[in-house]
Amino acid sequence: MSTTVEASHHSGTGENYLTAGYGLKSWLMTTDHKRIAILYLLSISLFFVIGGLFAVLIRIELLTPAGDLVSADSYNKLFTLHGLVMIFFFLVPSIPAVFGNFLIPIMIGARDLAFPKVNLASWYVFTIGGLFTFAVVLAGGVDTGWTFYTPYSSTYSKTAVGLTAIGVFITGFSSILTGLNFVVTIHKMRAPGLTWFRLPLFIWAHYATSLIMLLGTPVVAISILLVFLERVFGIGIFDPALGGDPVLFQHLFWFYSHPAVYIMILPSMGVMSELIACFCRKRIFGYSFVAFSSLAIAVLGFLVWGHHMFTSSQSIYAGMVFSILTMMVAIPSAVKVFNWAATMYGGSISYETPMMYAFGFLGLFTIGGLTGLFLGALGLDVHVHDTYFVVAHFHYIMVGGAIMGYLGALHFWWPKMFGRLYPEAWAKLSSIVIFIGFNLTFFPQFLVGYLGMPRRYHVYPDEFQIFHVLSTAGASILAIGYAFPVVYLIWSLVRGEKAGPNPWNAKGLEWTVPSPPTTFNFDETPVVTEEAYDYSRPVEGKVV
Amino acid sequence: MSNFHDGVVAHQFDDAEQQKETVNLGMWSFLITEVMMFGALFAAYGFYRFKYPQAWIEGSNYLDYLLGAFNTAVLICSSLTMAMAVHAAQHAKRKQIIVFLILTIILGGVFIGVKVVEYADKFEHHLVPGHNFSVDSPFANQVELFYSFYFIMTGLHALHMLIGFGIIATLVVMAYRNRFSEAYYAPVEMTGLYWHFVDIVWIFLFPFLYLIGRG
Ligand code: HEM
Ligand SMILES: [Cu+2]
Repeated sequence: MSTTVEASHHSGTGENYLTAGYGLKSWLMTTDHKRIAILYLLSISLFFVIGGLFAVLIRIELLTPAGDLVSADSYNKLFTLHGLVMIFFFLVPSIPAVFGNFLIPIMIGARDLAFPKVNLASWYVFTIGGLFTFAVVLAGGVDTGWTFYTPYSSTYSKTAVGLTAIGVFITGFSSILTGLNFVVTIHKMRAPGLTWFRLPLFIWAHYATSLIMLLGTPVVAISILLVFLERVFGIGIFDPALGGDPVLFQHLFWFYSHPAVYIMILPSMGVMSELIACFCRKRIFGYSFVAFSSLAIAVLGFLVWGHHMFTSSQSIYAGMVFSILTMMVAIPSAVKVFNWAATMYGGSISYETPMMYAFGFLGLFTIGGLTGLFLGALGLDVHVHDTYFVVAHFHYIMVGGAIMGYLGALHFWWPKMFGRLYPEAWAKLSSIVIFIGFNLTFFPQFLVGYLGMPRRYHVYPDEFQIFHVLSTAGASILAIGYAFPVVYLIWSLVRGEKAGPNPWNAKGLEWTVPSPPTTFNFDETPVVTEEAYDYSRPVEGKVV
Repeated sequence: MSNFHDGVVAHQFDDAEQQKETVNLGMWSFLITEVMMFGALFAAYGFYRFKYPQAWIEGSNYLDYLLGAFNTAVLICSSLTMAMAVHAAQHAKRKQIIVFLILTIILGGVFIGVKVVEYADKFEHHLVPGHNFSVDSPFANQVELFYSFYFIMTGLHALHMLIGFGIIATLVVMAYRNRFSEAYYAPVEMTGLYWHFVDIVWIFLFPFLYLIGRG
């Protein structure tokens, strides 16, 4: 989707968004979407490390069948904090808040998002929510699981549930503000000639994600607020002793939190389309199917929450309906996977690091999605619900899918964001290490789950130990794999070779501007005259 | 990019037209999130209403529907004055903007005042769920649940009104400093949308809370 740019690739002065100001204040008061993206990148990286540390402790504890490292109570807190941090503070914001922020305006030929100040506000809101979560840790942690199920969370838990609830409530608003900004920006700020069906699929994916953020997040916000009020004022909305219904909470919670899993995966799917088109040098096969499947996922995703509640008091008929709808939500995901495969077919594939992550995503997301169908089958789920099978399912999707997409995006757009290339050999090596480590960590969990190992227990029968040992070994490899990029990416900021505007020879407006871009992205508003990923035409901005 | 830096059109927009449409869509999107937030509460309310119809009617009967009706009328009037303020802003009539905005705050203030009287009355009659609740009824717990919803829903609504006061007061200051013109009155218009939304929420709250027992 390149352009007839009357534009100027270089503004001559060498000034870019990173050099536009150096003081702390120039960062903390910035309204530049690119700088806000960097702020988010720093914050969520911190949370990723924290969430990771909790995971390390969990995996070490599970090495032996006995509960020898931590007490049962501490273990409850560990998996709760791990889930909370990873979901609300890393995965939900990850790709949208970093790459969406950075790229959406550039990809659509705009100078910034529609509401730059709101964008900055969203980061502050996120930070305040994060501080609450730190406070929770200082206050001794929280043990309800990231799902806050009532009445345990509302009546019985003795831990800092109130503080946690407020933290999550506040953080929710940062994602509402981000989603709102994206929806409005995509509607109103597109460059001349950039029709909906010329948009990169990354934009479509973010559009669908933003819709979910707008429609779902307020619901979870209010449900968690109800838990908070119930604890503070002793009212009984979810307390059966007072006439309340704890299962109502599950309905409200999953009404958001199933769609929320798509908040986590849709942006990754958007990244996939960009990577696969670039490294196969082809237009995405069935562009409009891929675009509409994002919307279909957003819509259908709101109709399947009951598949988390097959074993609750939900009626069997409701369960059957949710089971069928769950099968349907897999269709648009499958449409995407098949279209990507068809795009690769006959393409001239090259195996740079981002594409390695794309391959990783495809395989792992497919396994995660297919096991989702197992879980969506009403009868089977009664057997595997709340076992490690579920844990493996969602880690295949969230770590295998979403984080692979995140890392793919990080490597693909790193030269654009910082103007430097990273060492390709190291990057490729770590992508392989991550892939191996990931599978070794999580595949055994399918098996041990199917054999009956429940989730959220730290003591287990001896015969399960072999699976846990494998899993912990895999997690160690995974941790090493994740540590590599931290080192070589930081190294590249100083020593990396300078990147031209278009190091991958890719299509798309972001590759027509300098790396790093200037503060207002474009000197002259671009005019778009071609479809997305039209690799049959010459690529712009190529500097070799 | 003609008026790139003239202060009225922000740098990210090409022209005033684009800015206006964008701000409008932004406000509507925000209101949709509000609908979802209140919607979740209404859904939970509805769930218990069907589960405990008897208790809901009983709880409703303790509420003073005359006060509720009075407040409904007051809020509708405030919507009118808000609409007049927007109209005045469109024609850049500075004095009128200020007068109508202040009237809106006053009417809103009356509403909140009545709400305070009502809340105080609930305290006196031990109708505050949690630590200060006792009714003589076979469904005491469920009536208490009704009152939980009463306080949460009207409380969230009142909170929205208080936030509205802050925004409208800011507009008054802006109007006083002559910030609005025929080309630039979006803040007043957007606040108008917000205010009408808050009113509409009450239009639902009133029958659901005050009138269900009096069919
Ligand atoms: C392909 C479509 C998918 C289907 C059919 C599906 C199906 C299911 C089902 C039925 C469960 C409930 C299992 C149980 O608790 O017994 C479940 C759990 C879960 N899924 Fe999926 N899923 C899909 C995609 C995803 C995606 C894309 C994500 C995340 C990005 C995800 C994340 C989760 C999580 C986090 C849980 C567990 C929640 C918890 O109880 O803590 N799923 N999935
Ligand atoms: Cu789900």
